[in-house]
Amino acid sequence: MAAVRVEAVLAAAEEQEAEKRRSITVEKELELEYDLGNLLAVDRNPPPAAALRGAGPRREALLQALARDNTQLLMSRLWELPAERAGGAGGPLVAQLPEPTFRLPREKPPPKPRPPTRWEQFARLKGIRRKKKTSLVWDEQAKEWRRRWGYRRAGGDPSRAWLAEVPAGADPEEDQFARLRREKRERVARNELNRLRNLARAHRAGSAVPAAPLHPTGHQDRDELRRVARVARVSTASLGRFQPRLPKESAEPPSRSGGKKRRFEPLLGNLAAERSRQLELLRDMGSKKPVLDITRAVNKQLRQEEAEAAAANKGKKQSKRGKRGRRQQRPGRSGKKNGTRRQPQQQKPAGGGIGGR
Amino acid sequence: LIYCYRKPKTKRAKRFLEKREPKLNENTKNAMLIKGGNANLTVTEVLKDIYAVKKPFAVVYKRKNITRPFEDQTSLEFFSKKSDCSLFLFGSHNKKRPNNLIIGRMFDYHVLDMIELGVENFVSLKDIKNSKCPEGTKPMLIFAGDMFDVNEEYRRLKSLLIDFFRGPTVPSIRLAGLEYVLHFTAVDGKIYMRSYKVLLKKSGCKIPRIELEEMGPSLDLVMRRTHLASDDLYKLSLKQPKGLKPKKKKNISHDVFGTTYGRIHMQKQDLSKLQTRKMKGLKKRPAEKSAEDGGATPKKSKSA
Repeated sequence: MAAVRVEAVLAAAEEQEAEKRRSITVEKELELEYDLGNLLAVDRNPPPAAALRGAGPRREALLQALARDNTQLLMSRLWELPAERAGGAGGPLVAQLPEPTFRLPREKPPPKPRPPTRWEQFARLKGIRRKKKTSLVWDEQAKEWRRRWGYRRAGGDPSRAWLAEVPAGADPEEDQFARLRREKRERVARNELNRLRNLARAHRAGSAVPAAPLHPTGHQDRDELRRVARVARVSTASLGRFQPRLPKESAEPPSRSGGKKRRFEPLLGNLAAERSRQLELLRDMGSKKPVLDITRAVNKQLRQEEAEAAAANKGKKQSKRGKRGRRQQRPGRSGKKNGTRRQPQQQKPAGGGIGGR
Repeated sequence: LIYCYRKPKTKRAKRFLEKREPKLNENTKNAMLIKGGNANLTVTEVLKDIYAVKKPFAVVYKRKNITRPFEDQTSLEFFSKKSDCSLFLFGSHNKKRPNNLIIGRMFDYHVLDMIELGVENFVSLKDIKNSKCPEGTKPMLIFAGDMFDVNEEYRRLKSLLIDFFRGPTVPSIRLAGLEYVLHFTAVDGKIYMRSYKVLLKKSGCKIPRIELEEMGPSLDLVMRRTHLASDDLYKLSLKQPKGLKPKKKKNISHDVFGTTYGRIHMQKQDLSKLQTRKMKGLKKRPAEKSAEDGGATPKKSKSA
């Protein structure tokens, strides 16, 4: 008896709920697909084609009814999202939208990270880090905080400097103001040149090996097109020998090395030169002392050490190591040039002894 | 800005360039509405109404531009570059293609997709005399009809229409402000676009009952020519950079009941030296302490 009553009560409650919700329930064959981040709903049910064929207000009414049903479903989903009252108790009800799921194409390709500049590479190798500078500097003259550079900088406007000291070893007749101006122009030009060089390097590095043969949206420059055209010409069965050429294109086949020639001596040419070269080679191979370019080896070792140290001591102060590293490297900096020239000079007396047999 | 050969000399110029350069999270797409050489009244009205819907993320070009987008796209690409718009709507009219609208989008200032639609019935905003919703309302988009899934061209059209009318992406939205709905029905080779204003009526429970009132522009469209992007270009344009993926939170897990668990990794502790609560009664009295120390080292006395 009690069980039946409980069931009846539950059934009645359910009916009441259904009654309440009747105004907002919509019957659909297939469920809609929702993308709440975009406020989007997609209805896959085929619409009543026959009914919509006839023009006029009936069609409009049908379309409106369909729209009302779909909108009701979408709104129910939106109102079920977690909502809160923005701006206190009396504010408007605001719902948190999820991320949009419908994949739409981008406007522009994603940004590429730019390759490090020459200075940035050097700094990374040495372990030099940026010193944070204050934006304001104390100006003793004006007794206030002024900018480091720019409008009203500390130390006055450099273009209105009324005094230019003649440095110790300079020509007394020289115009110092002109010299300062010239040096500034040179500095600006050098900086601009370096900036453009870094840009060119970055651009070259970016297009060194095109992964896809050619960028589809037409951002191809002349060199890339030429390179790709060359590859396309050579990829025939006869390696491009019978490919038709454009009227102004060069007739001979382009070298695969791309212009960098490596010259080989003719086989039966200068016998004396060949003999001396072979004997030198034998002497170097047979000598007890190892042939070592000291400066090159030292530089290599130093660079390796510095790179390791920079990688290891990332958190610690770098100033000491930087000074030490720079001091040690100075004598060996031009070691490459000196080393290659020094070697034949050193060995010549010994070679003369053997060669003169 | 990174690859600029001419560096900007003013902050304003720098801001201008920064707005237009490729970014991780992109700006809202702008649309440009262009009139062709022989645009008639209907097409002009359509463009004006779409502009009203898409304000402020649209620009209308007042003068007529004599170009044919399907033959030559350079003019469109030039406009796109100048005004930084990646969506466009080009209207024209001739005997062969009356009331023609070309809707399209760009990728990297080059045309990605273009679809030509013919307008058959057009009811403007002005013709329907009732209250409109405020400018800049984010519309709800509803697509009805199985054609939008079955047919490849219709699928691209759906993607284009969503892109066009979507508006800015927002993290949260005011529920009472959901007033505008755009409904697209694909039936019988035609696409019916209708716009309604949403009225929220009381219902028995929390979710309100919806009533619609026909408001804005309504168009009957027929698909004509298409110029869709190749598959690999489309895939390239869909590619999202890795930085946009949400970072995984480590050492946090959830169980079925919704409880959040966290993990803390500790080093090995010497339990004998653990700092416990101080119980005053158990405190060592000085007499006991000295007895325990026994042969304690005396304090080193300083030499005078």
